[in-house]
Amino acid sequence: MQLVLEKRAERSNTIALISPLIAIGLTLVTMSILFAILGKNPISALGVYFIDPLTDSYSLQEIAVKATPLVMIAIGLSLCYLANAWNIGAEGQFLVGAVAGSWLAVKTQGTDAGPWVLPAMMLLAAIGGALYALIPAICKVRFGASEILTSLMLVYVADLLLDYLVRGPWRDPKGFNFPTTAEFDPVAAVPVLIEGGRLHLGGVIALVVVAAVAVLLGKTIKGFEIRVVGAAPRAARFGGFNSNQLILLTFAISGALAGLAGIIEVAGPVGHLQPGISPGYGFTAIIVAFLGRLNPVGILIAGLFLALTFIGGEQAQIAMKIPLDVTKVFQGILLFYVLACDSLILYRFKLIFASPKVSSGAH
Amino acid sequence: MLDSTPAELDTGAAPLLRTVGLTKRYGSFLANEAIDIDVWPMQIHALLGENGAGKSTLVKAIYGLIQPSEGEMRWQGEKMVLSGPSEARSRGIGMVFQHFSLFDNLTVAENVALGLDGKESFKDMSARLEQVSRVYGLPLDPKREVWQLSVGERQRIEIVRALMQNPKFLILDEPTAVLTPQEADQLFVVLNRLKAEGRAILYISHKLEEVKRLCDTATILRGGRKVSTCNPKAETAASLARMMVGGEIKEVRAPANRRTTIPRLVVNDLSLEPDDPHSVRLRNISFELKGGEILGIAGVAGNGQDELFAALSGERLAQDPSTIVIDGHAAGHLSITQRRKLGAAFVPEERLGHGTVPRMKLSENALLTGHAASGMVLHGFVNTAATLKTVDRATETFDVRKAKRDPEAASLSGGNLQKFIVGREILRNPMVLVVSQPTWGVDAGAAAVIRQALLDLAAAGAALLVTSQDLDELAEITDRIAVMFHGHLSEPLPTADASREKLGLLMGGSTLGQKEAAHAVGA
Ligand SMILES: Nc1ncnc2c1ncn2[C@@H]1O[C@H](COP(=O)(O)OP(=O)(O)OP(=O)(O)O)[C@@H](O)[C@H]1O
Ligand SMILES: [Mg+2]
Repeated sequence: MQLVLEKRAERSNTIALISPLIAIGLTLVTMSILFAILGKNPISALGVYFIDPLTDSYSLQEIAVKATPLVMIAIGLSLCYLANAWNIGAEGQFLVGAVAGSWLAVKTQGTDAGPWVLPAMMLLAAIGGALYALIPAICKVRFGASEILTSLMLVYVADLLLDYLVRGPWRDPKGFNFPTTAEFDPVAAVPVLIEGGRLHLGGVIALVVVAAVAVLLGKTIKGFEIRVVGAAPRAARFGGFNSNQLILLTFAISGALAGLAGIIEVAGPVGHLQPGISPGYGFTAIIVAFLGRLNPVGILIAGLFLALTFIGGEQAQIAMKIPLDVTKVFQGILLFYVLACDSLILYRFKLIFASPKVSSGAH
Repeated sequence: MLDSTPAELDTGAAPLLRTVGLTKRYGSFLANEAIDIDVWPMQIHALLGENGAGKSTLVKAIYGLIQPSEGEMRWQGEKMVLSGPSEARSRGIGMVFQHFSLFDNLTVAENVALGLDGKESFKDMSARLEQVSRVYGLPLDPKREVWQLSVGERQRIEIVRALMQNPKFLILDEPTAVLTPQEADQLFVVLNRLKAEGRAILYISHKLEEVKRLCDTATILRGGRKVSTCNPKAETAASLARMMVGGEIKEVRAPANRRTTIPRLVVNDLSLEPDDPHSVRLRNISFELKGGEILGIAGVAGNGQDELFAALSGERLAQDPSTIVIDGHAAGHLSITQRRKLGAAFVPEERLGHGTVPRMKLSENALLTGHAASGMVLHGFVNTAATLKTVDRATETFDVRKAKRDPEAASLSGGNLQKFIVGREILRNPMVLVVSQPTWGVDAGAAAVIRQALLDLAAAGAALLVTSQDLDELAEITDRIAVMFHGHLSEPLPTADASREKLGLLMGGSTLGQKEAAHAVGA
């Protein structure tokens, strides 16, 4: 008996729709086994992970706050992936955006600068993230360097840059030697939406980004060019679409969105620049992009779901002493299943009971 | 494992394959409706029909690629349900597709190994490959890489691969569409031999003369239904065509008042280095094409036709702007979009993946080439109504048959997609049209419609460059014919003087006059 993967004659649209759900289902089963091995009751562990956070307002707000950077980054990444450009370095673009925006916050600290500071910080962050993303894009277009490797390696460079700044030039003199800048002034902080709550303006910006990219992809010629370049490169050249230019464009947009997410995180929930501002948002966003089928609305839903795993993970750590790293394991398993299930759109499993006898020779 | 079952022994009594009421539905659209056919051993059975009649759909069901919605198949008298192509192959059904599935950078033997289900060693397989290709007179060098081979040789790989499974039943979907007449003749020798060995062959083709020569029986489909089964040898090409269409086919007529005007496409000493090891260098190509004129380019595939198309379209740019002049504008350095804005239009040879994005809708594929002009894009936004209108107009003018208003390009039958692509460009009223293989895989009726449209476009003052493998087609519509050989384009001959013999010599690399002979030696 043999299990083989056979190419389907027709692409299965049903599977294309339900594949993320199958992936989530398989992940939950795997997680239950994992919990059982850790000696926890799988049912109550999954309850703490996925149900409890949905039952109180604080956690709900926290989910939205966590989803904000995930969605913004993943939306940008989806443009790259649709165009067949593999930006893996959103984490670095996120950090560089945070640094670029924070520069203005640090420089205007204590002056009576007006309300222009926050928008200017966002602009700087977007530009910083875009320029940082353009490095691997230019290397690819000019020298044919693999953008997968270069964009990934630049994450570590960005990480060290941030580390240097908050330990050196930008360190808060009154900060007891902690590696952090001073708390940003109110004009440099992202305002919360409800007094005393956690929900902030960034969530609204993320929704605007989702809508804008949905329009870009569905209604504009640029969005069409991006989709064609990824789907059929030769037809794209025939259409007169310049794939190099589109690689630069998608990397720049994706970098800008990651950078914007970075400053919103720093000037919002965190309040100052410090190492460890991201629990790997730039990487988790890759999962969000694929789980959301590279579709803006899908990404919004997937972003909320992944945010739930972050919050659930924290609660599980507190309530059941499950290590926080289990969340990362969960996310890794999920990406694995998402990609695996996607192959079922074009292939199917088949059991062969007896291998057919192949007669040799023409006769 | 058990040896042959009793049913396998008395193959004479039941047809090898019988379909009973075979039906395939796509949504509410019936691609095949209650089809009954019988194919017997020692028979070459033709499957004829217009584009979209359902021929490919039927053979895909027989090969297990799609599941019939209703009806059944009987194999040697017993009911057969196929879970997929590998099961079909294990029962002895082989198929050669029109579009090859070969990897260019792998050798012949590696390609064959990838397509076989067996578990024999690579060495045994290579030996068997050589043996089968020798026995059937289909010479192949197992160690050559595919990119070095001609289209005919590539098809040979597919045929040998199918034969290595020792099939009882072989399906060929438009095998000769891409072959030169000589290559087609070689293929017929092989097919007759397979028939003599007791195998059955199901043969799809739009070339009716060829069907009359080769086939014993013909089943004719129209609109997804079987309309008749007949002996093609007792019919004429015209009577077969009438059965396919259900009426008369229009004659292609050159409009009487065609006059040549100013030069619209001029190529001056165009040379282009190959951009990858698999392509051909273009050498000093020059010609002048006036409005109202149709120039044909003949030649064996792979002699630089693709490279010339890329250079003319702007998919590859020429160094010197003045090497290509479109309507008086030096255009060698212009992008394909800029050339389209100058009034040029292009139809490439490969329909899926080059001329269209297979997984996108027709309206989006209208946008693919229409975005440059024609009001499809306003301030960066796509005007969906305008793209849909192009689809509707092409559908109406060129009788594109499809299951719904705006389906994905890949779901159209080959010929219907070709009609859409040609229609999409002609509807833009181009002043220069460069078209490759305008009627590949297109049925006789539709081919007449396309050729007529090309003639009408020329009559309206456009300059046309038509590359085709089909010399009859070139003879029918062109004014002059030039031949490509090793990246060099011959002096065009007036079509009236271009006998098959002369063209055949040029295609083989000979030259006609002394002066040119000296040139060719130098080149
Ligand atoms: N996957 C699909 N979804 C929807 N419609 C389809 C699909 N595949 C084929 N069709 C439709 O079924 C009809 C028959 O197609 P088929 O490919 O069998 O035609 P054909 O006889 O082989 O034509 P041609 O000579 O042009 O190759 C066409 O109208 C086509 O649009
Ligand atoms: Mg077909």
